[in-house]
Amino acid sequence: MTNTLHRYGHSDSFRDDYIIFAIPSKGKNDEDCIPKLKQFLRICAKYGPSNMGNGNRGSIAPEKGLGPAAHWKRNAAPDWEKVIEGVSKPGTVSAVFASEEQALGCLKEVVEADFGISVNMSTSVENAQRAAENCGIKRHSVEYALAFNDPHDHLPNSQILGLSTMCGHGMVSFNMARKMLDMVREGRRTPQQAVTTLMRLCPCGVYNPERAKRLLEEASREQR
Amino acid sequence: MGAIYVDPAKNRAVINDDACVECGACYRGMSTENLNPVMVRTIRKVARFFRFRFEPEPDVCPTGAIEMNELEMPRLIRQIFSDPVVEHKSTGIKGRGTEEVKTNDVSLRVNAGEVGYTIEFGRPGVGVRFSDIQEMTWTLAKEGVAFERNNPITHLMTDTRSGDLRTDILNEKILSAIVEIKTPIDRVERILGVVEEVNERIDTVIAVGISTRCEDGEDKTLGPLLDDLGYYYARAKTNMGLGRITNKIELKRIETVAR
Repeated sequence: MTNTLHRYGHSDSFRDDYIIFAIPSKGKNDEDCIPKLKQFLRICAKYGPSNMGNGNRGSIAPEKGLGPAAHWKRNAAPDWEKVIEGVSKPGTVSAVFASEEQALGCLKEVVEADFGISVNMSTSVENAQRAAENCGIKRHSVEYALAFNDPHDHLPNSQILGLSTMCGHGMVSFNMARKMLDMVREGRRTPQQAVTTLMRLCPCGVYNPERAKRLLEEASREQR
Repeated sequence: MGAIYVDPAKNRAVINDDACVECGACYRGMSTENLNPVMVRTIRKVARFFRFRFEPEPDVCPTGAIEMNELEMPRLIRQIFSDPVVEHKSTGIKGRGTEEVKTNDVSLRVNAGEVGYTIEFGRPGVGVRFSDIQEMTWTLAKEGVAFERNNPITHLMTDTRSGDLRTDILNEKILSAIVEIKTPIDRVERILGVVEEVNERIDTVIAVGISTRCEDGEDKTLGPLLDDLGYYYARAKTNMGLGRITNKIELKRIETVAR
């Protein structure tokens, strides 16, 4: 599934959204790839990611058996080590960055590390093109996300779409995004608290909390 | 999906099994507290009586009430295509995901002069039934396109020439699924037109990804063509070309072929 491609927004709205991910190809370069995937994530962790994931969990995960105090005080600290150590089989591992500098620094070191595993960047077309140029590499392939076809008017407004489509697997529902936006608007949650709730639901760790926070702050000022 | 709602007659939350796509977000994605259900209901009743706003953390199930059912085919197919962390080998489907052009530097799935399409149904957040997907595969098959062999939907076809899907799954609803095809670049306008036309007939949303191989780091064909055809694209997934074949067996095979 293309879990990072179809994020809703215009080109400029991806200025704080850079996802770098590594993926081995079955039968081609998946032999002994787990140490490489872990090393890839260790490099990513050095450059201050906003989120990281290994396909099974993100940097903040749901917790079972909470006490009632959890409603006032919940763990909101990303745990990079759990993501890295959780890589147990060949699959996609990813990191989300909120600035071009961080993404470029990471990509440069990944290029130098030469893992031999496919590395992709998911962001605006221009951002990725610039990143490749700055790292002295030539893009191999590109997949464009076309606008959603919605002839039966199923989709919600652009603010809800922007928040929910950051989990490409659809684990952040429109209803949940709408609920958190309403809570922020009404002063019942801070944008940061709302974002942490949303990113817990994304098991791949590709939800971008920095961009979500910005979108929530913008949306709370002006309802569309 | 909105499959969970409070039934006024029972005064309990229930799951609409027909609408539920078995994505597991309510079970896996929720944190739990495991409080006494009687106590929780009493607190809610008191809050409702006094018109207090009951405002717990939205992603915490206070009683840990939700459990996943043991699923069997054909309902199991819902989970395979909706829950991103579950893998099932019992159906013979090689997982749910697909590599698309993410590994194109190694697999050369989409080569120069070719265009790859990922036609994703039900995304974002709407869901789709296999019968609707079949409408598309039938139409695409009539167009003479080749379905990607290593794609979960292709694995569910009983005939890739006609686009027929397994009859036992047609009424099952899933969160999303991708039909993957490729064509020469001169068919882009026609194929995108067909997708839009079929979408008018099926009650869901479709997200299309369209890919090509770059030449010397540049896309000189597909991007300009999409511009000419008036398609908007702001975002892309870019394969940086850092992959290579390293598996020993595959390297040996390539050497043998070269000799």
